[in-house]
Amino acid sequence: MTVALDNLGSLVDPLAHREPVAIDGLSDVATLRWFRSMLTVRLAEEAIAGMVESGEARCPCHLGIGQEAVAVGLAEHLRPTDRCFGAHRSHSHYLALGGSLKELVAEVLGKVTGCSRGYGGSMHLRAPQVGLLGTVPIVGATVPIATGAALAAKLDGRGDIAVSFLGDGATEEGVFHESLNLAASMSLPVLFVIENNLYSSHLHISLRQPNDRVARFAEAHAIETAVLDGNDIGIVSSVTGEVVEGMRSQPRPFLIEAVTYRWRGHVGHREDMDVGVERTDNLPAWKMRDPIGRLEVSMNERGLQEQIATIRDSVAEEVVEALEFARSSEYPPLDDLLTTVYSNSERP
Amino acid sequence: MTSVQYGDAIREGFQYLLGTDPSVVVIGQGLWSPWYVGNTMRDLEHKFGKDRVIDTPVSELACTGAAIGAAMSGYRPIVTHPRVDFALLAIDQMVNQAAKWNSMFGGQAPVPVVFRLIVNRGGEQGAQHSQSLYSWFAHIPGLRVVTPATPADARDLLIAATFSDDPVVYIDDRWLYDLDADIGVPAPVDLSKIEPQVLRQGSDITLVGFSWTTRLMTQAADQLALDGVDAEVIDLRVLNPLHLEKVFASVAKTGRLVVAEGDWSSCGVAAEVICQCVTELGPASFSSAPARINLAQSPAPTSRPLEASYYPTVDDVVRAARASCDANPKTEAVAQ
Repeated sequence: MTVALDNLGSLVDPLAHREPVAIDGLSDVATLRWFRSMLTVRLAEEAIAGMVESGEARCPCHLGIGQEAVAVGLAEHLRPTDRCFGAHRSHSHYLALGGSLKELVAEVLGKVTGCSRGYGGSMHLRAPQVGLLGTVPIVGATVPIATGAALAAKLDGRGDIAVSFLGDGATEEGVFHESLNLAASMSLPVLFVIENNLYSSHLHISLRQPNDRVARFAEAHAIETAVLDGNDIGIVSSVTGEVVEGMRSQPRPFLIEAVTYRWRGHVGHREDMDVGVERTDNLPAWKMRDPIGRLEVSMNERGLQEQIATIRDSVAEEVVEALEFARSSEYPPLDDLLTTVYSNSERP
Repeated sequence: MTSVQYGDAIREGFQYLLGTDPSVVVIGQGLWSPWYVGNTMRDLEHKFGKDRVIDTPVSELACTGAAIGAAMSGYRPIVTHPRVDFALLAIDQMVNQAAKWNSMFGGQAPVPVVFRLIVNRGGEQGAQHSQSLYSWFAHIPGLRVVTPATPADARDLLIAATFSDDPVVYIDDRWLYDLDADIGVPAPVDLSKIEPQVLRQGSDITLVGFSWTTRLMTQAADQLALDGVDAEVIDLRVLNPLHLEKVFASVAKTGRLVVAEGDWSSCGVAAEVICQCVTELGPASFSSAPARINLAQSPAPTSRPLEASYYPTVDDVVRAARASCDANPKTEAVAQ
């Protein structure tokens, strides 16, 4: 006896879905904003990769190069009073939401000017002023936290939502299922955004699950879903825009499965970190499905070459400035350690 | 003033909190059922609404995480786990998340959540329905751990825990639910200022307990008094962060110490108290070796006679105290 389940089909085929991003009807400003934001994530992470390679950055850095469109496409539909939570691979979430690039790099280097005052490193990012309440590396840990933030948003009654960014690996954690059930049974406005990059650490999803389409878990909990090409920012943006608007007016959970691919290893700067014939074979093909490259083709067709070049220079300069800022910053004072453990630092 | 039982005092705490602060919400399994939480939450859902007193699916981990998420979003949630044993399913959220966020985000991410864990043992319930695990939680920097032993503390420490900006593990014990006392009206206190409490003053020996063992200590002190032993009884109240200045002062006075803990001895709270007293005061301050009373180092048994011998009694405390006093009577010490 077999159970027939829909799978991701062509969405996992790197030879498919290479078409340029459809930008008809979009203003130049909106298009350039996407490009700038994705490029900021890309160049920041490439710079961080360089610092990891040189040994300058020592904390575990999980790079999402190749996955930029998911966070950037969603972020423009969010507002600072929404509550977003990420995981270990969350540079893109932080930057897309508008977190400070300088504070990100400083945090990676453990400096007191970092977004977590040098106490978090790459895996513990926070920018509450733009709605990012925290990212942590315990897989799946922020999924119920986001669900509770959605409970708070529902009690507040102001139309805010919570966003839980997670990967396909986290869908294998029990707490993911508990959270889906809780969100569904209480109609909580939490948007589960799964970046399905087909790998959890070194293991392909075919070695971990009987089916590669993780949206099926939401369907089992009667939660609406959208499964889409996570490397097409136009699709990500239009789908998430509609979803977020609907959740604001009628609080309920929703799950987006955005299929994408990471170009680097699970952790660190190397591309060949995750040994495996399939991944080695597929990476060059997936690079042809580059979310930034596909947007750039459309922008070139519209004649935006000059603006693209300007943005490239500008973002590159911002990254250089961020590195200088981080390098010249101080480490947290040694006698600061015990003051962060409890909120009342005078007497714990 | 009317006398209030410990279990009802907890309910008074909830009533005060839900009635005075709209940001307080309560979430957990069995909140609408006395089977799970005794009288401690009776009818709260009718009085304050089922959107603030939330009975949940069978999901300790997600519900605990959800409370933490709500705490990060302006609320002061209290998660109730009707048994400590089941709260272990939520340990990642308690230890990896709530306890760590403020520190790992540089002191900028307080998590004002209460984890209310109920110790519910005896009655032949056995190994997975009887644990308290005090020292587990007290081991974790970032968690505050409170263990009320009196009706007043059952109410007031719940209130203090809820108004604390830190994650607090509040452990109450069903064996105390019938304990009654006059408790007056609630007055919010700063949890970080709460210290051990001297419940009975004495000069011969210091008896330290917390939660249910404080009751043992008080009863033992009454028995010891009949024999002319004047025991000082101290209730720890807060296990983490542990502030033992009052215990140091007492032991400096009496020179004798017995600590009782309703839990295993290995790496336990009693061990910590004795260690701190010895290192703070020096071994010369002791007239006899400090002693501790704990559970046997075994999971809780179900069979009636085994269970009866498993839990310490007032007699065990009296025996330990007498042994301590007999080991090196003060009169002799003075004579020498």
